[in-house]
Amino acid sequence: MTLRSFMQEAVSPWMKNEGPDADIVISTRIRLARNLENVPFPLVAAEEQLQSVYTGTADHFDQRSHRRFGTFSMLPMQSLAGNEKRILVEKHLISPNLARENQHRGVLLSEDESISIMVNEEDHFRTQCLLSGLQLEEGLKAANTIDDWMESKLDLAFDERRGYLTSCPTNVGTGLRSSVMMHLPGLVITNQLNRIIPAINQLGLVVRGIYGEGSEALGSLYQISNQKTLGNAEEDIIKDLKHVVTQLIQHERDARRQLQEHSLNQLEDRVYRSYGILSYSRRMESKEAMERLSDVRLGIDLGILPEVGAEILNELMVMTQPGFLQQYAGMSLEAEERDQRRAALIRERLLMETTQEESDGGGDE
Amino acid sequence: MLCQECEEREASLHFTKIINGEKTEVHLCGVCAKDKGDYLPGGKSFSIHQLLSGLLDSGQGKQTKQEGTRQARQRRPELKCGTCGMTYRRFAEVGRFGCADCYEQFDEKLDPVFQRIHGSTQHTGKVPKRKGEDMHVYRELESLRQQMQQKIEEEEFEEAASLRDKIRGLEESLKEKGGGAS
Repeated sequence: MTLRSFMQEAVSPWMKNEGPDADIVISTRIRLARNLENVPFPLVAAEEQLQSVYTGTADHFDQRSHRRFGTFSMLPMQSLAGNEKRILVEKHLISPNLARENQHRGVLLSEDESISIMVNEEDHFRTQCLLSGLQLEEGLKAANTIDDWMESKLDLAFDERRGYLTSCPTNVGTGLRSSVMMHLPGLVITNQLNRIIPAINQLGLVVRGIYGEGSEALGSLYQISNQKTLGNAEEDIIKDLKHVVTQLIQHERDARRQLQEHSLNQLEDRVYRSYGILSYSRRMESKEAMERLSDVRLGIDLGILPEVGAEILNELMVMTQPGFLQQYAGMSLEAEERDQRRAALIRERLLMETTQEESDGGGDE
Repeated sequence: MLCQECEEREASLHFTKIINGEKTEVHLCGVCAKDKGDYLPGGKSFSIHQLLSGLLDSGQGKQTKQEGTRQARQRRPELKCGTCGMTYRRFAEVGRFGCADCYEQFDEKLDPVFQRIHGSTQHTGKVPKRKGEDMHVYRELESLRQQMQQKIEEEEFEEAASLRDKIRGLEESLKEKGGGAS
């Protein structure tokens, strides 16, 4: 399989770098936690209760078509190989927790993978809508549409006072977690983010690094999400988040402009060094890959590397993960081998940017 | 601010412990925080649920842990969900409810918990369509029943009877619609 056709199968819509403010906002995620009324939550439920939830859901929704989102397919965890689950995690379609489970667990996916519904994770249902760029309202609307569809067929646990009842008290009420993944290299390089984060926390929002260990963020990628789910309407939760994200976008743009005006030479040097290393290295650890890709992406956004497409950061940060590397190689790989394969895959992908091959039409199938 | 442990690196982890109203602030750098895993509740696998169980626990006894639970056990029967068997103590440990009914069974303890987590105790967001409709009916039923009780006490039997008929009508309509999807 060529990299081009492999990618065509692998890329989810959120990785395409298309939505509004996609130069800074990588993706928007809306998640609704829901449970059935008369069945204990998955952590407590007996085997046969989990089974009834699973088969009931499959009966109602597997291979059923929704007028807007197309046909949904249930993927049972039990019948997926370890690496297949891993890829679903790397594409952010299921949680690592669900991937660890087998019996009576699964995920319902819409055709284009923008909607995923995890069945029997911590809650009976975790409906997720994942979109490219900043699309909080659209995401909520889509998630609500699917939620209504499910509610028309299932009796969901709801209480007038407490709202949607969830396994964890941190999710009760709306069951809504809305989050936005942002690329903030300007604020990181100019050392401003550390001052901004506490202010954001005070507004009841959480900022955390993605792909990093602990509080450290890799590749200047941050996730901002609401913490409180009870007491505010869904629309208000999203409005508050959007307000903060919009301000962050403004600050990031300012910081980038500052860098261009006052330290263009250092900035170019940083971008070209990283580009050079990604283009020629023979081993690449995932941590370094993330940092270099972030630099290159900043260079693309600022017009320093006009010949490279902006979507490479989104694509490669997913496709250089272990699951994808193994899938592309067609075998399982040790860490050592993965570093070599990762370097090769990045080189190949960058080459695709500069050489316009005509191999577009000729896929494998 | 420098890390209070090594006094070399910049502190990146700040947290405040409040135990029985006594406040302690801790400032550590990433390296020391990792080494001193036991500084954090739960150590290296420090999770939201461990944090949470601290919150939930404080609703119960406040003495040393063993003493407190022993006394609580003796004093009164423990809160327990009749549907799934989850006890409040277990809930406080794991930080998760067992089923939808736990919310009602533990209700007396939940307002302060939700207040602390969410700053609110009352849902104001989306209401499911199908169930929302029924909810109106339930609310009306509730009020009609109260009115009927009142009329009976006032010995206004005719009016009580007409209220009773209304109630029956509503109950019938609920039954027809319900039966429920599986």
